[in-house]
Amino acid sequence: MRSAFPEDPRTPAVEVHGLVKRYGRKTAVDGLDLSVAAGTLTAVLGPNGAGKTTTVETCEGYRRPDAGTVRVLGLDPVADAATLRPRVGVMLQSGGIYSGARADEMLRHLAALHAHPLDVGMLIERLGLDSCGRTTYRRLSGGQQQRLSLAMAVVGRPELVFLDEPTAGLDPQARRATWDLVRELREDGVTVVLTTHHMEEAEELADDVAIIDAGRVIAQGSPEELCKGGAENTLRFTGRAGLDVASLLKALPADCAAVELTPGSYRVTGSVDPQLLATVTTWCAQHGVMPDRIAVERHTLEDVFLELTGKELRA
Amino acid sequence: MTTPGTFAPRPGAAPLPRMIRAQAALETRMLLRNGEQLLLTVVIPTLLLVLFSTVDVVDTGDGKAVDFLAPGILALAVLSTAFTGQAIATGFDRRYGVLKRLGASPLPRWGLMAAKTASVLVTEVLQVVLLTVIAFALGWSPHGNPFAVLLLLVLGTAAFSGLGLLMAGTLKAEATLAAANLVFLLLLVGGGVIVPLDRFPDAARAVLELLPISALSDGLRDVLRDGAGMPWRDLGILAVWAVLGLGAAARFFRWE
Repeated sequence: MRSAFPEDPRTPAVEVHGLVKRYGRKTAVDGLDLSVAAGTLTAVLGPNGAGKTTTVETCEGYRRPDAGTVRVLGLDPVADAATLRPRVGVMLQSGGIYSGARADEMLRHLAALHAHPLDVGMLIERLGLDSCGRTTYRRLSGGQQQRLSLAMAVVGRPELVFLDEPTAGLDPQARRATWDLVRELREDGVTVVLTTHHMEEAEELADDVAIIDAGRVIAQGSPEELCKGGAENTLRFTGRAGLDVASLLKALPADCAAVELTPGSYRVTGSVDPQLLATVTTWCAQHGVMPDRIAVERHTLEDVFLELTGKELRA
Repeated sequence: MTTPGTFAPRPGAAPLPRMIRAQAALETRMLLRNGEQLLLTVVIPTLLLVLFSTVDVVDTGDGKAVDFLAPGILALAVLSTAFTGQAIATGFDRRYGVLKRLGASPLPRWGLMAAKTASVLVTEVLQVVLLTVIAFALGWSPHGNPFAVLLLLVLGTAAFSGLGLLMAGTLKAEATLAAANLVFLLLLVGGGVIVPLDRFPDAARAVLELLPISALSDGLRDVLRDGAGMPWRDLGILAVWAVLGLGAAARFFRWE
């Protein structure tokens, strides 16, 4: 008998090669490659219209690729749909629930379609859906609808979940609750693929981030790798106006730059590490300068995205 | 926080009969909770039966009015549930992504369709029981072969379901809502439900007789009022509609 789980934990849970998907004359996904390691949390990050939903829905078996291959848990999402459906949890970007159904009713129904579902009461409480009471879906708030949809994706105890913009439109508190749940899924060994256009979300949650733009993955790696891999970091400090920048520059490694932006406000760019910080403060001490408001600015995924595409993520 | 390991994967589909039962129960609850659907499936047939049986509005020919009307109203009940109600509900399920989401659940598509059919049949049983009780109270005296009645109702359900699903799976939800109600109204008037078809000009009548609603109401009337055996012609018309409707629905139904 074949095991329900991949034998080798390094087997990718999702493998996409050269995926192309067109709608009429519009190319939504244009040669996309993506690999998701089993047991990890991967964020697919990109602006609206980048091809995130199309990619995820192709992995879910909703769309057939125009070119390229897609493997989910080693299987074909369309041809092996019947085998995959119980093993994969799906949260659609919107809808998917009878407008006249109550939250607990819909969740109990999804649970009834699975062999070993989670405790519905626990999930309802965890996601703060107990306040929905007898309210039907169409009268729930947007945030409640989102959380119900998330609960439906996980109630069947899947190996892999696809969450399409799970926190879109949530208030900060509800977003935290969702993040906590997503982290626990990962800790318990569920592979999570989520799409988002919030870089904080990707930085906060993901082991791995795939940045998508115009239907292609333009960068993939851990948030740290991506932020490091971008351009240089920045160190700012304020001090006396008119310091000898040329002298400072001499003290710094060759690949660094230093400028006085406005009188008394200095910026050093380069690969900022503890050694560089020490060099700057030592130089200041030697010159009798008290560096005020010294700050190291790390690159965020937002900066990385802007550098790679020249576009704002939330444009 | 929950105990570690709570979410540890343990995937698996429920046994198929349990899934279909759960789906059918949910579909039926959604239908019975919907006010507009109840108006269509319960209130209108009941009102028409009571009103036209007790007030002499339409000349229903010789004999008691209720003996003419009860078979027609039973046909109308099948039309309201299998066609109009199912088309509207399925159209909105499609529009709100319910069909799409269920497509990702362990329930296979044919299981979903089986559950929808079961839910239609359960609703029809409730309608038939209610309308039969009311008709008896109004002095109805039916005859005929119960098996022929059952066969007519089943074939009628198949024919109307096919047409309803065809509409729901190809038109926008709003268009389905409008069209399904319009068709209901037109078939109510021109399908031999409350107005005998012999009141129409011969040319029109020849066409109207081929409608599934006319075949169903005429067949039920032949059996229940006149005590006929198997109404083969009407059964044949319904069978053709069923094959065409279900075939076209299977071919053209779009899930998203």
